[in-house]
Amino acid sequence: MSPTATRSTGTDARVDVRKTYKLYIGGKFPRSESGRSYEVVDGRGKFLANAAQGSRKDARDAVVAARGAFAGWAGATAYNRGQVLYRVAEVMEGRRAQFVAEVRASEGVAERRAETIVSQAIDRWVWYAGWTDKLAQVLGGLNPVAGPYFDISAPEPTGVVAVLAPQRSSLLGLVSVLAPVVCSGNTAVVLTSELRPLPAITLSEALATSDVPGGVINLITGRTAEVAPWLASHRDVNAIDLTGAADADGVSWGDLELAAAENLKRVVRPAGEGSGAVEPDWSTTPDLGRITSFLETKTVWHPKGR
Amino acid sequence: MSTPTAAAPSVDATARARDLLGVSRLTNAALTSWLHGLPGVDQVGCEARAAGLGTRSIKTTSKAWGIDLAISMIDLTTLEGADTPGKVRGLCAKAITPDPTDLATPRPAAICVYGDMVPTAKEALGQSGVKVAAVATAFPSGRALMPVKLADTRDAVSAGADEIDMVIDRGAFLSGDYLTVFREIAEVAEACVRTDGTRARLKVIMETGELVTYDNVRRASWLSMLAGGDFIKTSTGKVSPAATLPVTLIMLEAVRDWRDLTGEMVGVKPAGGIRTSKDALKFLVTVSEIAGDDWLDPHWFRFGASSLLNDLLLQRQRMAIGAYSGADYVTDDSPSLY
Amino acid sequence: MAKFEYAPAPESRAVVDIKPSYGLFINGEFTESQGGSAFKTISPATEEVLAEVTSASEADVDRAVAAARRAYNGAWGRMSGADRGKYLFRIARILQERAREFAVLESLDNGKPIKESRDVDVPLAAAHFFYHAGWADKLDYAGLGTNPRPHGVVGQVIPWNFPILMLAWKIAPALATGNTVVIKPAETTPLTALLFAEVVQQADLPPGVVNIITGAGATGQAIVDHPDIDKLAFTGSTGVGKMIARSIAGTRKKATLELGGKAANIVFDDAPLDQAVEGIVNGIFFNQGHVCCAGSRLLVQENIADDVEKRLKRRLETLRVGDPLDKNTDVGAINSKAQLQRIVDLTAAGEAEGAERWDNGCALPSKGFWFRPTVFTGVSQTHRIAQEEIFGPVLSVLTFRTPHEAVAKANNTPYGLSAGIWTEKGSRILWMADQLRAGVVWANTFNKFDPTSPFGGYKESGYGREGGRHGLAAYVTTGDSK
Repeated sequence: MSPTATRSTGTDARVDVRKTYKLYIGGKFPRSESGRSYEVVDGRGKFLANAAQGSRKDARDAVVAARGAFAGWAGATAYNRGQVLYRVAEVMEGRRAQFVAEVRASEGVAERRAETIVSQAIDRWVWYAGWTDKLAQVLGGLNPVAGPYFDISAPEPTGVVAVLAPQRSSLLGLVSVLAPVVCSGNTAVVLTSELRPLPAITLSEALATSDVPGGVINLITGRTAEVAPWLASHRDVNAIDLTGAADADGVSWGDLELAAAENLKRVVRPAGEGSGAVEPDWSTTPDLGRITSFLETKTVWHPKGR
Repeated sequence: MSTPTAAAPSVDATARARDLLGVSRLTNAALTSWLHGLPGVDQVGCEARAAGLGTRSIKTTSKAWGIDLAISMIDLTTLEGADTPGKVRGLCAKAITPDPTDLATPRPAAICVYGDMVPTAKEALGQSGVKVAAVATAFPSGRALMPVKLADTRDAVSAGADEIDMVIDRGAFLSGDYLTVFREIAEVAEACVRTDGTRARLKVIMETGELVTYDNVRRASWLSMLAGGDFIKTSTGKVSPAATLPVTLIMLEAVRDWRDLTGEMVGVKPAGGIRTSKDALKFLVTVSEIAGDDWLDPHWFRFGASSLLNDLLLQRQRMAIGAYSGADYVTDDSPSLY
Repeated sequence: MAKFEYAPAPESRAVVDIKPSYGLFINGEFTESQGGSAFKTISPATEEVLAEVTSASEADVDRAVAAARRAYNGAWGRMSGADRGKYLFRIARILQERAREFAVLESLDNGKPIKESRDVDVPLAAAHFFYHAGWADKLDYAGLGTNPRPHGVVGQVIPWNFPILMLAWKIAPALATGNTVVIKPAETTPLTALLFAEVVQQADLPPGVVNIITGAGATGQAIVDHPDIDKLAFTGSTGVGKMIARSIAGTRKKATLELGGKAANIVFDDAPLDQAVEGIVNGIFFNQGHVCCAGSRLLVQENIADDVEKRLKRRLETLRVGDPLDKNTDVGAINSKAQLQRIVDLTAAGEAEGAERWDNGCALPSKGFWFRPTVFTGVSQTHRIAQEEIFGPVLSVLTFRTPHEAVAKANNTPYGLSAGIWTEKGSRILWMADQLRAGVVWANTFNKFDPTSPFGGYKESGYGREGGRHGLAAYVTTGDSK
């Protein structure tokens, strides 16, 4: 085991209770089935914690959990989903200090910057929470077909979405890719930032104490290069967001997209030119692109007659 | 195949209805649940099917065959307040010799007149084989008491009518009083029995234009068959829309399915609004493809029409002479009075 | 024996003028291939050779893409949306004017009945251009995002089942949004696309905006792999769709894929039965079953299964199979020998697996590629004929007892293109429509298409939509320019 980060300095000092960082799958906090963990350090290389090192089998379990949760989440009313996501923002606000501390530690930013990031992350949940019951109206509608038919198109969630969370922006980036996936009714399996997983782990604790049903969001910490290929090739995953391939050690997003072609996953490529990949700036207000990337359009016809 | 020429023997419609419905007493509730248990009709799908059949292209020999068949299926009709014996005799002459320039032209199936014209028509038609059909039961509205309707029917039958075209009480039907409609049809059917025990064939006019929905047309068709109608007929000709292709299609489905259920055939008569050979051929295509070729016989399918005959004759001449004919080359015994 | 025999009613071939051989339509004119070979296209109904067409080489593809790029950087790219729209309106009108010609040629080359090419394919193709023409100067209102602008050069590969209609589905939105096009029709059905090249000339479209090159899989692959293609649109098999997805993996090429299906057509016991039977027939025998969204799996509620089967078979006996140019033909020729063989093989597998086979026993022409309308009953989900896309006039009948069971069976496939529901109960339609994982759900109807109505699949039936406001999304980029 690694040396501890905070050493007792005196006999009168209390021995602190240390946290075990675990995966978040199906609403529970299992250790990796592999039994592995890895060291998480801060920007200056200082030890922060041991995180669970998720395996392909953990990813498999997470997909099972996400698939199991899909019907209920997709079938929930948009109003309900909106309230659930707003509740996430509420719970995050309550743990604000913890998030700020972890963003500071993970990203090596000053406190004020960390405050801003956490605020934006919370606000992003609120932004997406407000979208849930607008999407069908904005993206769907009646099609004026040339015949005696009622013909309507509406968006539906694609299904189970695998998400490679951004490597650098450990909280705001994570929320910015996760919230658009789940707001429309998809369920998500997220590979967190490999080197900066702590805010994601804390988010999972916030999620567990919010109203997000178990399995809707599953977070796996570990090595992106190890687990991502298993999600990319998984036949029961309907879509994959490769945003987090940027700066991920040993990850080729082209290879992941190639694997994803096997069951024609919807793929969101990382930003950038050519085969390169860069992490986008998360501070700007998003557009609908990340939502629509994980939506299907369903069109229903019915005759109009007496 | 051999074609029966007389009406089927009279049946006890109520007893048969009890049997088919599986009830000990025929009530309106029993009829309602039976009729409302029939599969619904989707208007758009039904009309699309009819339109599809309407695109069949009938050419050359099949067209010639169809035109002759259509002529032989016509109930040549005059149902005007202004009708006189002279007008009816003229129509009968037309039926006996539809085209004086071609004596091989088939004759229409029947002359269709008001009851008081039956003796005139009977006499004029003689042994030509052209039948006399009489409208009865306070045609066209049907708004009379039952004894009047029955007397109307018996009068026409005793005057020699071969066929009776009755109207149903659409008011009763639309208000859900199926039992009244059933009884009226069954009683009129009884009144069609002649003193010698033979029967005039009964056509039941549902006035589909007043029933409005195809679901109603289907239910009225089944009710009419259940009550003992020999034919189901669309319209009086006094209400628009009259005989449309989709309505006729629904009725052809009904007689087809009724034969599946009972083994018995019932005839179909679209009446009113069919004026051109092209239309008539569309109906024959529909008969063939929906009910089947057994119904392609004047005994089982009729057109209630007046001007249709001359259009068919024009087409017949066109095919014979290889040039378009004109109205001056077909005789017209019922030009407009106005 | 039928009493009412319809005499032959053939549509005249005289309206079309098929040339003995065709080059490639690049930069506004027909050109000779550079290093490509030639192949013959035949009428599947008679095996008569109709014309010789060019198998475009990689050099040809390169020329076509270069022409499209020049047009994009030139006249077309600078043109206002309003003017682009006027070109599309012109094309729509010319298609309407030359409708008979296109319909006859389509039926000749494809084998589909003239009544379908005349009443469905060609009018809908014109309608697609008409619809998209109006979008060209209104893209800011399409709700696609801010600053919608074209991708650039679009490569399009289309199938043989609806040749001119699929061409319209592809070209109309691409041009409306300001892209330029390199399109390849299917190898067995190139002729209406080549006739469309004349329409492009007639409309005075600037050279290079639409380039039409013929060939087989290798030519298609050359388009897919060409580095200067910005976006691909493909309609065809799921197998080829996956190859395309693999080919563009790791690149910045965009793609929409409209692929296979194995649609369930679900009939409840309270359905409008006569219309349901029509819907079943239309669902699987329209266009010989060469339809990606065909209702190839009939799921019928068990308590009416016998009745529906009886009605269906009776109806199928009235289907007229034969000469595609005869106006009374309901079912035409199978498009190719290879496709016929696939149908034969899969139906043999159906029999071998124990399903009960029935066909309508109709007479078939002695030459050409033909297959009788066929129904398999007693089919299980595990049978190949319930899982694999047959793409022919073959219906597999399965039964169910409850709505949940119907949904589960309908969704139990890697495909998700379309589905049908037949019931008179409105609330059940809406519940079912929510549950079915399919891009198009037809309730109490089937196989209806319209330019305003988005079409496309879930899961392995592909991604992206074609038609409607949604279809435009695939052809534009939005947001701030880089």
